[in-house]
Amino acid sequence: MSLTVERNPSESLARALLSQGVSRRDFMKFCTAMTAVLALPVRYTPRIAQALETAVRPPVIWLNFQDCAGNSESFLRANHPTVSELVLDILSIDYQEVIMAAAGHYAEENRLNTMREYKGKYIVVVEGAIPLADDGIYCVIGGHTAIDILKETAKDAAAVITAGTCSAYGGIPAAAPNPTGAVGVRDVLNNVPLINMPGCPMNVQNLTALIVHYMTFNSLPAVDHEGRPLFAYGSRIHDDCERRAHFDAGQFVEEWGDEAHRKGWCLYKMGCKGPQTAHNCSMVRWNDGMSWPVGAGHGCVGCSEPHFWDTMGGLYERLPHVQLPVGAEVTASQLGAGIVGLAAAGIATHAVASGIRAKLDPIDREVTKVEEKMP
Amino acid sequence: MATQPVLRGRSADITAAGVPAGRIYVWEIPVRLTHWVNALSIVMLSFTGYYIARPYLAISPQETYSHFFMGYIRFTHFLFGYIFLASLILRTYWAFVGNQWASWRALIPFVTPEGRGLFRQSVEFYFFARREPPVVLGHNALAGFTYAIIVTLYFIQVFTGFALLGLSDPGGFWHTMTGWVFSLVHMQWIRVIHHVVMWLLIAFALQHIYVAFLIDAEESNGLISSILTGYKFIVPERHKHTDLHAPAQAEHGPDNVTAQLTTATATQPSDPRSPSA
Ligand code: HEM
Ligand code: HEM
Ligand code: SF4
Repeated sequence: MSLTVERNPSESLARALLSQGVSRRDFMKFCTAMTAVLALPVRYTPRIAQALETAVRPPVIWLNFQDCAGNSESFLRANHPTVSELVLDILSIDYQEVIMAAAGHYAEENRLNTMREYKGKYIVVVEGAIPLADDGIYCVIGGHTAIDILKETAKDAAAVITAGTCSAYGGIPAAAPNPTGAVGVRDVLNNVPLINMPGCPMNVQNLTALIVHYMTFNSLPAVDHEGRPLFAYGSRIHDDCERRAHFDAGQFVEEWGDEAHRKGWCLYKMGCKGPQTAHNCSMVRWNDGMSWPVGAGHGCVGCSEPHFWDTMGGLYERLPHVQLPVGAEVTASQLGAGIVGLAAAGIATHAVASGIRAKLDPIDREVTKVEEKMP
Repeated sequence: MATQPVLRGRSADITAAGVPAGRIYVWEIPVRLTHWVNALSIVMLSFTGYYIARPYLAISPQETYSHFFMGYIRFTHFLFGYIFLASLILRTYWAFVGNQWASWRALIPFVTPEGRGLFRQSVEFYFFARREPPVVLGHNALAGFTYAIIVTLYFIQVFTGFALLGLSDPGGFWHTMTGWVFSLVHMQWIRVIHHVVMWLLIAFALQHIYVAFLIDAEESNGLISSILTGYKFIVPERHKHTDLHAPAQAEHGPDNVTAQLTTATATQPSDPRSPSA
């Protein structure tokens, strides 16, 4: 027990921040920023501040399954500590395989202790997909399969948060042909409040905002039909993109490094999936608001959408290829050109054949005689 | 030219031989109106849609604020999207209240034995197994069935179109109406469907216009002008190999020309030029 991260959930966040040397001013700036990320009116800032000052930090159990630890990385990246990173650091993380000091059955004990002590109050964050094929043997931790651990841990949780696309929808482990039968948490859990925070990785800003929301309002934020919080996934990247004026103007990058690319024009023709992707990257950005993929000159790859690898897999093409039964892959336009070509060929054949028939078997033109007879 | 309708200006009549002849009001105004609104919409939607899919025109590298080309293209696409929707609603309504040739029943010829017969005859005609197309006043049976497919494609196209439109306004009207589809079919496949259906409709339009000219020529029934004026012509001399006396059975199936004509004249008393009883 004592080997793990220091944990004192009864200590309030504000006090923890102060002890880490965060000024009141920085704290209020942080609360304002969170109000913005949560898309709340500015009058909520004091309320958030008050809640953070008094609320008790929720204990968190962070489960890693089929993943690359990219979300843990996103969560831990601290080139220069900011308030939001401190907020996350001092979350009562009771179990996090990537960072916890405990190992072996000590670690598993921590998890079980938290589940007992904070029954119905702890939050479970899941990172990575859950393999179901062959009784789930493709991800086994401490002798238990991922699916068993997840079900056991989530049973008494206040809420389950999926960090990243893999735990939300299966992500890359679930990409075709999906040999391990990987699925997202939503496919195996019900009866537990579930919030999806997809992304590859999820944006830590949004996770912070989600937790702030939870601490302030004691409830989970409104979600869309995919279970994603609306504040972070409520509009498309394309609709808030800084290159959007170039899209509307019809000014597109045609080739990497061409003049249009150097001028920062729209990346639509380079396969940008901004129009397909609901996320707030363009507003919140990454690395402390430094930049984001489209800002850096590469199209969005749609990493936070369901089935992203299979349907957005042509990273540099707008539409997925159609798999024909014969095995050839074609684009929508090739397929369409084929359809129209077939129709044209059919028409041409029929027209020629009609011409030949007209020669061989002419219709008698008695009709003209009728016309002549008419008054 | 021999292909000209010969009985222009004369009313429909039953000739001495009992064969119907003359000019019959087939396509009512809503049918013709929606036909041309649809045709125009599809042309406009295809041009603008293709540009949306592949913006092939290079815009001059001037200041961005002075251009809104993609914006106008998308605006036009969405505008005609709404026009197309309105036209489909009107045509669907008319399929229930319009005359027998406008009825939705014409789209499913299989339900009656006559329909099946006519369907077979049409197929034979197109595959050169039959010299003359079957005589019908409304759609021929094969065309009727083709239109059933086309109308389905229309609805798919409108649905996928408005679903894509809904994406830019989450929680808005169209998103609420159509958003559920994205949990069933991934958004990218919805786009592919929207894209491929465009090509299917273009392929249909090509064969449709070809066949309109073909049947017009073979049958001398004024088919092409019919979709403008509403009138079709029966030229008995063109059908001397066809058995026009086949017994009329079904009430609705465009089975036999005499029966169709009887209904036509009976249901068109308001047309001053139609033969009054
Ligand atoms: C030169 C252009 C065109 C001509 C001469 C033409 C002619 C006609 C004629 C004569 C009919 C009714 C006769 C029948 O049952 O076969 C018809 C029906 C129809 N046409 Fe066209 N058409 C043209 C363009 C188009 C285009 C571009 C489209 C759409 C892609 C289209 C879609 C349809 C449909 C869906 C019907 C069934 C109408 C209904 O029952 O409401 N047409 N057309
Ligand atoms: C015959 C009718 C139509 C045709 C041929 C057509 C064609 C197309 C094509 C080819 C695209 C590009 C697809 C892609 O590559 O991603 C497109 C996009 C789109 N269409 Fe249509 N469309 C039709 C009807 C409609 C309707 C009725 C609507 C409803 C308003 C609509 C709304 C849209 C939207 C919202 C997009 C996406 C635009 C964007 O992402 O900027 N379409 N259409
Ligand atoms: S770069 Fe991508 S997201 Fe931005 S406007 Fe262009 S297509 Fe949309």
